[in-house]
Order: sequence, then structure tokens, then C-alpha cells
Amino acid sequence: MKILVCISHVPDTTSKIDFVDDREFDTSGISFVINPYDEFGLTKSVFIKENNGANITVLCVGDSSCESSLRKALAIGADEAVRIDHIPKDSLNIAKLIYDYIKDKEYDLIITGRESIDYNSGVVPGLISKMLNIPFVNACIGLDIKDNVVHLKREIDGGIEVLESNFPILIAGQKGLVEEKDLKIPSMRGIMMARKKTLSVVKPENDLQSSLKLNKYEKPIVKASCKMVDSNNIEELVELLHREAKVI
Amino acid sequence: MILVYAESNNKKFKKSSYEAISYGKKLSELINSDFTVITIGKNLDHSILKEYGANDIVHIPIDPKDNYDDEFYSNIISDYFNKKNFDIIIVSNTNHGKSITPSISLTTNCSLITNVVELPSSIEPFIIKKKVFSNKAYANYEISNKKKIISISPNSFGIKEIKSNSNTEFKELSPDIDYTSKLNSISINKNSDKISLPEADLVVSAGRGLKGPENWKMIEELSQVLGAATACSKPVSDIGWRPHSEHVGQTGISINPELYIAIGISGAIQHLAGVSSSKNIVVINTDKDAPFFKAADYGIVGDAFDVIPKLISEIKKFKSDN
Ligand SMILES: Cc1cc2nc3c(=O)[nH]c(=O)nc-3n(C[C@H](O)[C@H](O)[C@H](O)COP(=O)(O)OP(=O)(O)OC[C@H]3O[C@@H](n4cnc5c(N)ncnc54)[C@H](O)[C@@H]3O)c2cc1C
Ligand SMILES: Cc1cc2nc3c(=O)[nH]c(=O)nc-3n(C[C@H](O)[C@H](O)[C@H](O)COP(=O)(O)OP(=O)(O)OC[C@H]3O[C@@H](n4cnc5c(N)ncnc54)[C@H](O)[C@@H]3O)c2cc1C
Repeated sequence: MKILVCISHVPDTTSKIDFVDDREFDTSGISFVINPYDEFGLTKSVFIKENNGANITVLCVGDSSCESSLRKALAIGADEAVRIDHIPKDSLNIAKLIYDYIKDKEYDLIITGRESIDYNSGVVPGLISKMLNIPFVNACIGLDIKDNVVHLKREIDGGIEVLESNFPILIAGQKGLVEEKDLKIPSMRGIMMARKKTLSVVKPENDLQSSLKLNKYEKPIVKASCKMVDSNNIEELVELLHREAKVI
Repeated sequence: MILVYAESNNKKFKKSSYEAISYGKKLSELINSDFTVITIGKNLDHSILKEYGANDIVHIPIDPKDNYDDEFYSNIISDYFNKKNFDIIIVSNTNHGKSITPSISLTTNCSLITNVVELPSSIEPFIIKKKVFSNKAYANYEISNKKKIISISPNSFGIKEIKSNSNTEFKELSPDIDYTSKLNSISINKNSDKISLPEADLVVSAGRGLKGPENWKMIEELSQVLGAATACSKPVSDIGWRPHSEHVGQTGISINPELYIAIGISGAIQHLAGVSSSKNIVVINTDKDAPFFKAADYGIVGDAFDVIPKLISEIKKFKSDN
């Protein structure tokens, strides 16, 4: 089985977000990691490889800075890595580049994350599956393979759906695909082996246009100070919620 | 021309659809254009949509074999959009919305922008604001494509009820969609009748300070007297005290309710990322230095096991008096 895992390379979740002139994300002092949603998919792919046998390619569209995340994915257990050399700014272009690269490679299972925690669009997976015209399971929280049938679970609004599909399929995953405690971290041996694995860089052929242009970034308004209420005077809180906040 | 998709589930419109219609109505005034609401599914009561300004409704009275088959909905919406020369589609960024918009954007040649929080700040050029960095910032994008899909973050724009006296145009269509699902739905487990978290106006949330799953009885009770949805911090869902679907934050669900009550949650940056755009935040914590107080509107330094029962009885009292 051939598995493709798409990862984005994002600021660590503890990052304080700041901008230069409201136009550019200030990366000074920021450490980048594999997108947390993609980590669940990556570990899942390694479990599938251990149980069913598989070859795992990990892919990122980005500049050379993404290679640290790709190397980490190799150390966790992917077999080869691909970086599509492009500075990503537009989800549609990212999807097109990934599609162009994979369209004739016949992956059985394509694993992405539900959302990239930097630009939060949640659209790259749906775009790729539509371009490939293969089934798409969003917000996937469970995947098992038995007798060449894929058994899936996904979150829907207000519940959970259990589904089946044939290969090829694309899923957008999150926690639940594997549990938090089972997430793989690179071992010393993994890191050594990763050095011998291939990381290829693909240069896109065409220049891509974009219909979206960043105009400016903004930061949320900081709250005024917090009003403290005495724990023996809960009535006052209820009163404030009613009269001032007008929420009850 | 604007097309608003009003999502429904189990024969009922979702609350987020009213917000999408309200948004479509305001946008149509802003750009001086007509707007049409499209609805899909059998046995829907459309009268309610008028209260949010819908006066042109197109209804497709068919259910897919499986109600959650996203591609079916994408195909119908794309088909109608393309036939009628619309320019803009408005949807809500629910799970369903997220699953259908990428596909629609490809079949309609629309630019897609998700997690939008406001009306456009400018029409020529078209500039619109979305959430980025998991609520830690916003980005304004200029969209040069005339055709676009705007997917609104639930509860960010709000529902605007209006008094409309105009008549509603109502049309039923049965498009012949040649379609077989690529997926086989086996079963659906609904989370009872509880209010869905992203759509909820009021949310009661608790963290590791609660000590164990057995102590959620009082959290459930508080949410019940308020009519709120329940949420939790990530470690609480990781240990299995609460289901994963309640996990809010940077790596969970991101919410913008009117009221968020955080009990025994320290206020880590990843937690705040998902909840800080709540309009009012109440923090209840034994530690007066808990970081969450800095992001709160109202705070109580106190033990949840003492404060929550008191809060429940005060709210009951308030409700019976009002
Ligand atoms: C240094 C740097 C600067 C960047 N600057 C910007 C910027 O200014 N504007 C901008 O929009 N983006 C930028 N990106 C790219 C960003 O990290 C995302 O890849 C991209 O924005 C897609 O975001 P999304 O919200 O559409 O992804 P989503 O659709 O939310 O992503 C869902 C899933 O798609 C896959 N995916 C997403 N992006 C990629 C990718 N690049 N390669 C492989 N798989 C992917 C992942 O599996 C992910 O979980 C930058 C990246 C880097 C490394
Ligand atoms: C990659 C990554 C992603 C993450 N994503 C998320 C996310 O999406 N969402 C999220 O929530 N977290 C996330 N986290 C975890 C986050 O860093 C914190 O660890 C977590 O939010 C803490 O949960 P907590 O506040 O419930 O627990 P704690 O930090 O242990 O806080 C418990 C609080 O309860 C108070 N308390 C104790 N007893 C009582 C009592 N009797 N009454 C009242 N108060 C009491 C304590 O003073 C304390 O402030 C993430 C972490 C990482 C590394």
C-alpha cells in the first residue's frame, strides 16, 4: 500500500503571534513544528505500516525551512520525503501543486490534517480529493483497514458517523485517529535512519496566480481588566451577567 | 447576486443558517444585489427563514440516501449556482460547511475564504477579514475574483432578526442529479439532543481543577439551568473524563459564544486561542494568579466545589424571579 501524508510546517502552539508593519508574520523567536493535526495522521500511517505493510511518503509545500519538519517525519517512520519548493500563500495553489505531483503516483491512502493551525482554512484536503475525484472523509477520528476495505469514523455536526470506503481515499484527520499518548516521537535510531532516507525537492513548473492577497493582519482587542466578584457574593455575578453582560 | 445556503439537519434548520441568512441580507444591501436562499431536504418548515430576511427561497425537496453525504450537497449547490449566474455563496463554517465548500469552489470557479468574521470592509476592492493563527490574530484578504464563497465562523457575525412584510418567493426544484455516493454510511451516533458546541450562545467549560469525571454532575447541572453547552480543556478529554467533541482550544473546537464560563481551567495559551473571542468570559479558579483571569471579564477566586452549587442555586432563583 502507498500512503501519502501531507504536513504543514507551523508555529509551535505556544507561540506569541506578532506582525511586522501589519503585513508580515514576525517569525523571530518562533519555533516551527509539524502541524499538530498532521501528527496524528503521521503516527497512524506508521501504525498501518507496522500492521499491514506500507510505503509512506511525507510531503510539504514550502521553502527550505520546512525540511526540519520533513526530517522529523522521516525519523518518526516515513520512508521518503518530498518538498515542493514554493512559498505557500494560497490554499488553492498548495492543492494544485500537490495534485500535480501526485496525480499519476496512485497513492491508496492520502492523509492530511483537518486544519493547518496557522491559516486555519481547512480547505486543502477537500480541494485535493475533488481534483483527484476520490472519496473524502473530513474530521476523521478513526480508521481501520480490513480486507481492503477502509472503516472510518468522522465527526459530524452534533454526532459521529461510521463509514466504509474503498481505496483510494483521502482523509483529513485529528486526535482520535490515534490517541494523544500514542503519538510517536523520533527515537535516536529513527533520527539516524532518517539521515539515509531521501528528501527530494520538486520545482513547480508553472508560476501560479492567486486571487487572494493579504491586505493586513490585525490582533484581537485586549480585554479591559477583569471584574472580581467575591465567592460569597455569587448573587452579584448573576446580577452582572444579567444587567451588564446581558447574557442571561 | 448572492446565494445563501441554509443548512438543515433532521428536518430543522440549523441556528447557524439564520446567521448565514442575516449575513447574506446585510451583504446584499451593501452591494446592492439580490439574494436567494437555497435549502435542501424533505419536510422543512421555511416560514421561519423570513424572520431573518429571506424573501427568495429555492428549495430542493430531496434527501440523499445518507443525510451526511457532503458531495451530494456540493453538487446541488454548484449546479444551481452555475445555472443562475450567481457571484457569491454564503455558508456557515460548520463541519458540513467545511466539507462541502472546497468542492463547490472548484466546480464554480469561486475563490474560497473560510472562517470569516465580519462583513467586507471594502467592496471595491473586496476586502474581508478572517481568523488566523487559531484566534490569535485576524487577516484581511483582498479577493480579486468576482466569484467567491464566504464561509462564516459560527456566532461571529450574529443573528439579526428583522420585521419583513414583503412576500416570500418560494420555488421548488428537482434537479436531476446523476449521482452515486463514493462512501458507504454504516451508522450515525447523535450526541443526544444537546446544544451543539460551535453554535451555542452559552458554554460552561471545566478543566483539570475538577479532579475527576464524577464531578461533572455539577457542571452538567449548571449548563442545564443556563441552557448552555458543555466544553472542557484538552487534558480532560485526553484522559477520557469527557468526550473529544467537547475539547476546545487551539487543537480542538474554536468557539465564539456570548458567554463562556471556565471552571478550574488555568488558561494556557493553547486553551485561550480557541475561546478568547467569546464575548463574555467568567473564570472560576482557586488560584488568584491563574493566567485565565487576564483574559476574563468576570472572575471569582474560589473553590469550584463551593462556588458552583451556589451559582446553580442563584441562577435558579434568578430564573424563577424573572
Ligand atoms: C515560513 C512559512 C510562511 C508561510 N506564510 C504563509 C502566508 O503568508 N500565507 C499563507 O496562506 N500560508 C503561509 N504559509 C503556509 C501555511 O503554513 C499553510 O501551509 C497554508 O497556508 C495552508 O493553510 P490552510 O489553512 O489553507 O491549510 P488547511 O487547508 O487548513 O490545511 C489542512 C491540511 O492540508 C495539508 N496542508 C496544508 N498546507 C500544506 C502544505 N503547505 N504542504 C503540505 N500539506 C499541506 C495539511 O495536511 C493540513 O493539515 C507559510 C508557511 C511557511 C512554512
Ligand atoms: C501542542 C499542544 C496543543 C494544545 N492544545 C490545547 C487545546 O486545544 N486546548 C486546551 O485546553 N489545551 C491545549 N493544550 C494544553 C495546555 O497547554 C494546558 O496544558 C491545558 O489547557 C491545561 O488544562 P487545564 O487548565 O484543565 O489544567 P491545569 O493547567 O492543570 O489547570 C487546572 C486549574 O484548575 C485550578 N483548580 C484546581 N482545583 C480547583 C478547584 N477546586 N476549583 C477551581 N479551580 C481549581 C488550578 O488553579 C488550575 O489553574 C495544548 C498543549 C500542547 C502542547
